Order: sequence, then structure tokens, then C-alpha cells
Amino acid sequence: MKREMLKGNEAIGAAAIRSGCKLFFGYPITPSTEIIEYLAKHLPKAGGTVLQGEDEIASINMCYGAAATGARVMTASSSPGFSLKQEGISYLAAAELPVVVVNINRNGPGLGGLGPNQGDYFQCTKGGGHGDYRVIVLAPSRAQEMYDYTMSAFNLADRYRTPVVILADGMLGQTMEPVELRGQVTTLPEKNWAADGCLDREKRKIAMYNLTNEEGEATALRLQNKFSFIQDAEQRWENYCTEDAEYLLVGYGTCGRVAKSVVEEARRQGVKLGLIRPITLWPFPVKAFASLKQIKGILTVELNAGQMIEDVKLAVNCSVPVHLHNRLGGMLLSEQSILRKLAEVFHLEVTV
Amino acid sequence: MIDKIILAGFGGQGVLFIGKILAYAGMLDGREVCWIPSYGPEMRGGTANCSVILSDKAINSTVLECADAGIVLNQPAYEKFMPFIKPGGVLVVNGSVVKADHCRADIRLVRVPAGELAAEAGNPGLANMVCLGALVNYLQTANLASIERSIDEVVGKKKPQLREANLQAVKLGMAGGKVNLLCANGLVAEAVL
Repeated sequence: MKREMLKGNEAIGAAAIRSGCKLFFGYPITPSTEIIEYLAKHLPKAGGTVLQGEDEIASINMCYGAAATGARVMTASSSPGFSLKQEGISYLAAAELPVVVVNINRNGPGLGGLGPNQGDYFQCTKGGGHGDYRVIVLAPSRAQEMYDYTMSAFNLADRYRTPVVILADGMLGQTMEPVELRGQVTTLPEKNWAADGCLDREKRKIAMYNLTNEEGEATALRLQNKFSFIQDAEQRWENYCTEDAEYLLVGYGTCGRVAKSVVEEARRQGVKLGLIRPITLWPFPVKAFASLKQIKGILTVELNAGQMIEDVKLAVNCSVPVHLHNRLGGMLLSEQSILRKLAEVFHLEVTV
Repeated sequence: MIDKIILAGFGGQGVLFIGKILAYAGMLDGREVCWIPSYGPEMRGGTANCSVILSDKAINSTVLECADAGIVLNQPAYEKFMPFIKPGGVLVVNGSVVKADHCRADIRLVRVPAGELAAEAGNPGLANMVCLGALVNYLQTANLASIERSIDEVVGKKKPQLREANLQAVKLGMAGGKVNLLCANGLVAEAVL
């Protein structure tokens, strides 16, 4: 299949168009800007509209209105901008509206630098906005996955009527790789809830609150049931050389990609190392760890102060030692640095 | 086969562009490719760099601690990236701009009068393409044919009038780059060209 050379951000834009996304509302911010730039250039040709809102808050609320009509809708931003969208995402989750939200992580807190970072893991996976809700979070690790997971994100959003977040970093957003533009959505799933004009049919109402406590609890429980279902049904991950692994790396996004090289080098040197690369960060792929009985130790590799490590510890119920290797502030973890850390914490004979 | 290449120079010298030419060459040859820009805040006239990985197999790590080959178009890039080249690797230097009077003994240094050769190709702005040509001699994963296909794709479609000059610059660079300036004891020999 013909491949196109695209930046990761552009791959997200290309996938949105091929997913049948017709409306994009956003406010540019480095390192996510190529998404709105790409869509501004190409979405109108596909019969869609790109609108730059006056800010991130306006943009996410435009998504709310547009998604209510049943159209496929997306917005994109980067950490501080993503924070501004949180109230809107909470409302989307409550109103059960499908919207794809991209967050190309900067290195916060605060305004944050532009370098690759994964500091928004907690924010994305544990809520972010107010109230009891979760959003599905997908973590691509290369440009092709930026494309493929965006296609998945639109499907998941529609299937569960929920916002879906794509979480990546600036390196993934800016790196250019050949991408196969596979798949083309021609018909959207039926949306028998959409507020798309009630001529000749019953009125529909999309609401995100109940002022009666009893009804409020019933609504909240229905939402929680949906989240429980997703938690069981949608865990996704990639196993890499895990079958006979004695030691395990766990990393997602850029770190997941680098970790693969580490596994290859460790295996060359006779160390039985494997990798679990979470694809869904929520639901966290707890099931990935269930069958791994011979593991002696785990090293999580993260570009934050240690966030996913908490989910890893829960997944293995602290039955094996779990260590953290990380960098902060936009710095990266190289293959060599991960190998050195592995050798140090697990007392392995490895030449770096 | 894999080539990990670092490219650096002032913003405006066409560093990202020759990276793109290499990346397209790899893609059109059916290889796996990564083009990784340094995308942080940059000052006008500051140093720009990008790295390119060309490989026969899927590329995993995009975080480079060292490179097989490099092109440096200005003095700061020369100082900064010389330690970045693997022992046995190659560094192409824009000799028209860079005073390359010291070098590691364990790498090959190729100094080309890129500005002069670019002028000969018809456009002094093509020093980047001259250096790319000089580098191609030393790559495992790209050759003149693949660079030509890439120029057709990247330059030829949008600005066909610039195709010939770009290709000529690459060819002059290839010829110039074959005359090696080898390092001996870390000192650079007198220019052969």
C-alpha cells in the first residue's frame, strides 16, 4: 500500500478525515499545532469545517454542541490547553457525547516546555475534570499508530458515547514517518440519540445533569456501569518478547518504542527481557500481567515523575519489585540509559 | 542495514530539508524511515538540527545517543556534534563555512567546499545539497538513484525549475566528497581539493 510521509500530528489529521470527522474545533498550541494546520488545509476538501475558537474552552464546548448533532467531531491541544478543556470533557462524559480529544503532552506543571513528556498520565487516566468519570485513553508510539489509533478512537467514542483521548508527546507529534492511510469510513454508526431535528419523530434530549437526587444516582450508576464494561472489554496492549521473560519493561508512547530496542539488545546479550506496551492507558491493561508468572522484576520507563508505575503496582498487586526509570523536563530516555538502569536495579550482567 | 544520521547547521541553511530528502529517498526505496526534528524554541539564526534513521527493519528507538554519519553546516554544529559520531563513522563538513582544524582520530572527516561547489551548480544556497551528496558516498541505505527519486518527489513536483540544480549540487558533492580528508592524530590534513 502506498505510504505517505507524515508527521505524527498530520497522521492524526489524516485519520480524522478518513474516519468521517467533519468538524474540528481547536486553538493552536505547540507541539500539537500541525493537527489543526493539516486539517485546516485538508478537511474542507472532504466537506468538513475547521474552526479556530477564541480559546480552548470555547473549542471544547463547540465540540459538545456539534457532537450532539451526531457528527464526528475532534479537538486537539497540548497540556495547558488540555487542562482548559477539562470542564468541557467532564460535561461530554456526563452527556455521553462522542468526541475525540488529542493531547500532545508538554512538560508541565504550568505552561511547560515543549520537549517530550508524559506528565499528563494522571490527568488523562484518573479523570482530569470534576466528578466521577473516566475517558478512554489511547497511547500511540509511532506515526502509523497515531493514524491507526485515531481511527479506533472515533469508533470507540461512537460505540460507547464517550470522549476518547489520544495522548502522545511532542516527539511523536513532530517525527515524520511513512504512514499507510488505511481504511475509509463511509457510513457512520446509527445514532438514535442525536439531536438532529425532530420532524416526524419524538423529541430527544441530551442532558448532563439531574437535579433530583434519586434520578441523579440512577444516571450516575448507569454511567459507572458503562465505565465498568469498558474497563473489562477494551484493555489493549502489545506484548513484546514476554512469553519467557524474567524481567519486564513497561512503557507507553515514545518510551514504549525505545523500550523495544532495549529488549532486542538485552536479548542479544542473553537477558530474558520482555516489554508490555500499554495501548489503552485507561482502561489500564491489567490483564496483560495476569499470565506472567515467572517475572522477577519490573521496570517502568516514563517521562514523568512516576505515574503509570502506580497502575503497574496495582496490576501485579505488588507481587514483584517494581522500579521506575524516568526523565523529566523534556529530556528523553535512551536505549543505553534504560539498559544501564536495568543492570543496576536487577544486578544483571549487561554491556552498554 | 541501518544508517543513523545527524544533520545540523543554522536555521535557513536547509538542514531540515536535506533530512527530508534523505527520508523520502528511504521511503521511496521501501525502507523504514524516521525524520526527527529538534523542535524546541529556536532563535532566528540559531542552530537547527534533525536526525534521520533509514533502516531495512522496523525502527524502534528514535532517541539517538550517537550517529553513524553526520553533516555539519556551521561552526557551532561542528563543535557540538563531532563527539556524537560513532567511532568509524563519518562527518561531512561544510568547508566553506567551518574551520575544521581539529578532529577525532577515530572518525572520517569529509570537508567539502560546499559554497563554491553550490555556486558551480548554479545556486550558492545549495551548499546543503552538496554536503548531502558528499555524505551519500558513505551511506549504506541510500545512493544517487534514490536521492534523485527523492528530489523528483520533493522538489520536482512543486518547483520543477529547481530540480536540475539540486541534482547537480548532489553530484558535485559526491565527486568532491570522495576526496577524503582523513584525520591523523586528531589533526586535519591540508585541503586536498
